[in-house]
Amino acid sequence: MSHFNLSHLDQLEHEAVHIIREAAAWFPHAAILFSGGKDSLVLAALARKAFAPARPPFALLHVDTGHNFPETLEFRDRFARDFGYRLVIRRVQDSIDAGRVAEETGPNASRNALQTVTLLDAIAELRLDAALGGGRRDEEKARAKERVFSHRDCYGQWDPKNQRPELWRLYNGRKQPDEHFRVFPLSNWTELDVWSYIQREKLPLPSLYFAHEREVFLRHGTLLAVSPHLPLQAQESSRREVVRFRTVGDMTCTGAIRSAARDLDTIIAEVAAARQTERGTRYDDRRSDTAMEDRKRQGYF
Amino acid sequence: MDLLRLITCGNVDDGKSTLLGRLLHDTKSIFEDQWVAVQRASERRGDARTDLALLTDGLRAEREQGITIDVAYRYFATPRRKFILADCPGHQQYTRNMVTGASSAQLALLLVDVRKGLTEQTCRHAFITTLLRIRHLIVCVNKMDLVGFAQADFDRVREQFMAFAERLDAADIQFIPLSALQGDNVVEKSARMPWYEGAPLLYTLETVYVRNDTNLVDPRFPVQTVIRPQEDGAPDFRGLAGQVASGVLREGDEVVHLPTGFTSRIRAIHGPSGPVAEAFPPMSVVIELDRDLDVSRGDLLARPNNQPNQSQDLEVMLCWLASAPMDPARRYRLLHTTRETKCLVREVRYKLDITTLHRNPVPTPLEMNDLARVALHCQAPLFWDSYKKNRQTGSIVLIDEATNATVAAGMIL
Repeated sequence: MSHFNLSHLDQLEHEAVHIIREAAAWFPHAAILFSGGKDSLVLAALARKAFAPARPPFALLHVDTGHNFPETLEFRDRFARDFGYRLVIRRVQDSIDAGRVAEETGPNASRNALQTVTLLDAIAELRLDAALGGGRRDEEKARAKERVFSHRDCYGQWDPKNQRPELWRLYNGRKQPDEHFRVFPLSNWTELDVWSYIQREKLPLPSLYFAHEREVFLRHGTLLAVSPHLPLQAQESSRREVVRFRTVGDMTCTGAIRSAARDLDTIIAEVAAARQTERGTRYDDRRSDTAMEDRKRQGYF
Repeated sequence: MDLLRLITCGNVDDGKSTLLGRLLHDTKSIFEDQWVAVQRASERRGDARTDLALLTDGLRAEREQGITIDVAYRYFATPRRKFILADCPGHQQYTRNMVTGASSAQLALLLVDVRKGLTEQTCRHAFITTLLRIRHLIVCVNKMDLVGFAQADFDRVREQFMAFAERLDAADIQFIPLSALQGDNVVEKSARMPWYEGAPLLYTLETVYVRNDTNLVDPRFPVQTVIRPQEDGAPDFRGLAGQVASGVLREGDEVVHLPTGFTSRIRAIHGPSGPVAEAFPPMSVVIELDRDLDVSRGDLLARPNNQPNQSQDLEVMLCWLASAPMDPARRYRLLHTTRETKCLVREVRYKLDITTLHRNPVPTPLEMNDLARVALHCQAPLFWDSYKKNRQTGSIVLIDEATNATVAAGMIL
């Protein structure tokens, strides 16, 4: 009876491998959007499995805001090297210098939204017909309704009300020359699935995910890291705390949580018992109820 | 822990959101910050009670208009099972959304308001679930608290439904009396309905046996892509990558390649984590053959003594999904397994009235939400099984060549 059973993690793995191969078949010029975060590294690891013993037909594309944690960048370079990927980096700073975007000002300034322009420019410049991302439907309500093969028009925009129905395992990747697709092989994974998979596959992780001592301060209920990109305001003060990060994003908008989890077992126990969503620590999602949808419509990740 | 994919369907007021909210809440799948956000949004909109639909209605238009536009996917887990739930809006585009959600589901939750009994909508939903070959149907007879938890009311709904279900092709139908609002028979067995001897809903979801729904009899392997390392240390490697659609394939098995009809043996099978002795659905594997055949994407491996049908002509039950009606003069792109071809709608045999299940032989073009039996002619032959036997090799979608939109979903008869 149990002979033809697969665990839920196996089923998700087989589904993701199928989607990644479909993406490669439909799109000859695709890349993996790689942030160095847990979802994108799981995706990159799966893509390597999907084409073994050949190399995956994708490069890793990183949009560097210039506000990344140094640990993330160090990890990004090491991961690409160890997993045999070509790494392509495009910088928000270059978009600012070229006058394509203007830096936000004020104490809560973030380059989070500016990334979209750099990303869309990179997609045009590299002539990408698809960008694979580690986005999951459980992450955020706007993502709960996104397709696995998600169409973007010639302006890179998403039209959530006019998405193509997706049935069985049949993915429709037909498009006009200037359009592109975002492909989400981890659509059906949850945060806990991602952590369990990382543990099972013994995948490397940026050190930010593990508890460490760091200089932090509190702003609007979010515990932020002290950095040159985010100066303290007059009434704010920082202190050293033992923290870790549940998501890896910009230093300006990614909040830390107080945690003593220094290994995967403890992190998984913590995630399983968590009463807050992982994006609850993301300052960028809290600008409004539909902050994610609004950014996604513009062409965000 | 295994995985169960399910779909929920029901009318606007029959308590679907409440039931869903309770399932998510009681399996601790709603986070505190999500809950606070939903409460705040509900208050801002002036709702009398926290509207649980806001948990899934994430899009701006949905939140503003208080409607559900699209299928939403929710995830929850118990120590026994992980659940992927497709929540389908019950109005307007119900057929299109339900067909989409049902295409990958193994089980359907059908909500019925015990006071209203069986409605037209319920019959439609039940019919679509069986049309899409969902093997397990759980009829949740809801709002039992409003009839004083009376067995007679529950029995009446059950009898109504069973009379209707005689005309359906459902494998396994269960009935659970419950109150989503008060939690009776959702997670805990209700003390207020001692006459009900079955299990509460969550336990039923955790234990329903779905493994034998998978076709393990007819080996079908649609080829996604051919893997040939250009560099590295494996110059002679040539593997066929794909996801097993049905049946079991083993090392040493003789297989036939379609369309050529040449046979070969399986030399090795590679899973995502290394060699495996056998492959079954839904495994994604790479197959090495011991003869070098000219194989490409869209081809199929089967067993010499168990082959799919091959033809350019198909009889299909088609659900029209697009707002633009079908144009009989148009050629459409057709996707089937990993194969893509063009097709022409030769004839609309009849439209199906899904409320009465009557067949109307009207020669009008199909419009959105229409279900119809059609005759298709394809440019290239397909290797197919009937949808009844095989969900993967029996399903197609049609694409409009001008807009590239997915306009229809079809089940091969």
